[in-house]
Amino acid sequence: MITTAIFWLFALVLVGAAIGVVTSRNPVYSVLYLVLAFFNSAVLWVLLEAEFLGIVLVLVYVGAVMVLFLFVVMMLDVNVEKVKEGFTRYMPIGVFVALTIVGQICYVVWHKKMGFELMVTPAPTPEGYSNTEAIGEVLYTQYVYPFELAAVILLVAIVAAITLTMRKRQGLKVQDIAAQVAVNRNDRVRIVSMDVEREPSTDGESS
Amino acid sequence: MVEFLTGWLPEGLQFTARTLLYIVAILLPLIISVAMLTLAERKVIGAMQARLGPNRVGPFGLLQPFADVIKLLIKEVLLPNSANRFLFLVAPMLTLVPALAVWAVMPFSPTAVLADINAGLLFVLALTSMGVYGVILAGWASNSKYALLGAMRSAAQIVAYEIAMGFALVGVLMASGTLNLGQIVEGQSGNIATWYWLPLFPLFIVYFISGVAETNRAPFDVAEGESEIVAGFHVEYSGAAFAMFFLAEYANMILIAMLTALLFTGGWLSPFQGIPVIGDTFLGASNFIWLALKTGFFLFCFLWFRATFPRYRYDQIMRLGWKVFIPITIIWLFVEGVMVWAKIGPWSA
Repeated sequence: MITTAIFWLFALVLVGAAIGVVTSRNPVYSVLYLVLAFFNSAVLWVLLEAEFLGIVLVLVYVGAVMVLFLFVVMMLDVNVEKVKEGFTRYMPIGVFVALTIVGQICYVVWHKKMGFELMVTPAPTPEGYSNTEAIGEVLYTQYVYPFELAAVILLVAIVAAITLTMRKRQGLKVQDIAAQVAVNRNDRVRIVSMDVEREPSTDGESS
Repeated sequence: MVEFLTGWLPEGLQFTARTLLYIVAILLPLIISVAMLTLAERKVIGAMQARLGPNRVGPFGLLQPFADVIKLLIKEVLLPNSANRFLFLVAPMLTLVPALAVWAVMPFSPTAVLADINAGLLFVLALTSMGVYGVILAGWASNSKYALLGAMRSAAQIVAYEIAMGFALVGVLMASGTLNLGQIVEGQSGNIATWYWLPLFPLFIVYFISGVAETNRAPFDVAEGESEIVAGFHVEYSGAAFAMFFLAEYANMILIAMLTALLFTGGWLSPFQGIPVIGDTFLGASNFIWLALKTGFFLFCFLWFRATFPRYRYDQIMRLGWKVFIPITIIWLFVEGVMVWAKIGPWSA
């Protein structure tokens, strides 16, 4: 009963936030709505007893990805008017896609005769069951190759992104830390023994 | 006592009332610790610079932080003319709420923990990573160039050091095999050499320094470098709104110090544990006092750093985070993997 109430509360805020992402005029507000949407879906996952996924969603998307989004949106001066230019032109196709998806979902949920097996509510997990361990066990045994493959693809993507943005600028002053550390006294300091320029005055008391 | 206080309530409300009482029992000492930490900071740095520090309000200046709080609370909250009103006022709360909510999963002794959840460490990481929104939004909503510069610096720094910090924690997880903070501490029991600081020494150092950088403390405080950008992201804030940023910063300092104590130096375990004769007396028993002493030591290090080191230049901060700490943690994770595989050191069992 309380779980259902919590579900509805967070689900409604989630949908509201998702609408806010596309309707708000200020791009910074859009990003913030997206953060709210991620946070609410994380809560929904925790309600499903998938606490590992829920917390990781907050950690990765809210804590890192969206911070960079916000960073970029604040730095760029996004011209909202220009982005909205083709709105009326593309509206019909957008409405069509949205209605199709909503229709399909309704069909699956309510029209149960089509042979779609609806998932029955799983029994709550026993106390002491660790979601994290369960995921780890499957990920590193059954799905170890797909997992490693995904990791390598991500690495390639990182390398590609860095190479694309790398450019050598002329006249850039760069510190060479290794050279600074490796320097020793003899490279910098030279002891010079000089002849005395002027004879020290012998009549010290009279002057 | 909690049963006595809540016994008269109807059955359904008792649990809620008890939880609320526990929350007060955690947050009230935390806020008092923050107040005392601000005093300790001024006293310690004063002593290091051969000054006296505050000594006028109350005996030894003990009431100074309360005087400061009263001053801040009765000051006017100024709203800059062209600021974004809503975000300007929400930003301090976005910083403070995660800083306080984290304490829900912190264990204080083998039995005293409000929410003993399986994924405790992940919860701490997730919530501390949310604190950065308050900083960025404060800088942006102020509509001031210094505030925006401070916010950008702070955001880049926090994102960079979070990675090194996360990798250091992966090492702890590999050693303990659990995400539950209480079990991580129990996994270190034995003697002072089985605490994780020794087998994970590079990660311990990287974690603590990253923690200093995460909290924007000296020598990593370019986010509020007063010689360049006045006061950074909170330059436009005054009164109670400023006090909230202040409270969050110091609460996060205590959090990092306590996490370092829990994860690397055995939390509530006594350093005399496992030593013959002394280890069997009350000195060898594990209790909250040891955790408080260790936390206090790391907090002292925070203040010590501030009095000792000059501020890092911004590009050097980035270099340290990305090019030094992250490779160190990755290498040590590999070494640790080999140690686990070859059953060397604490993994010999």
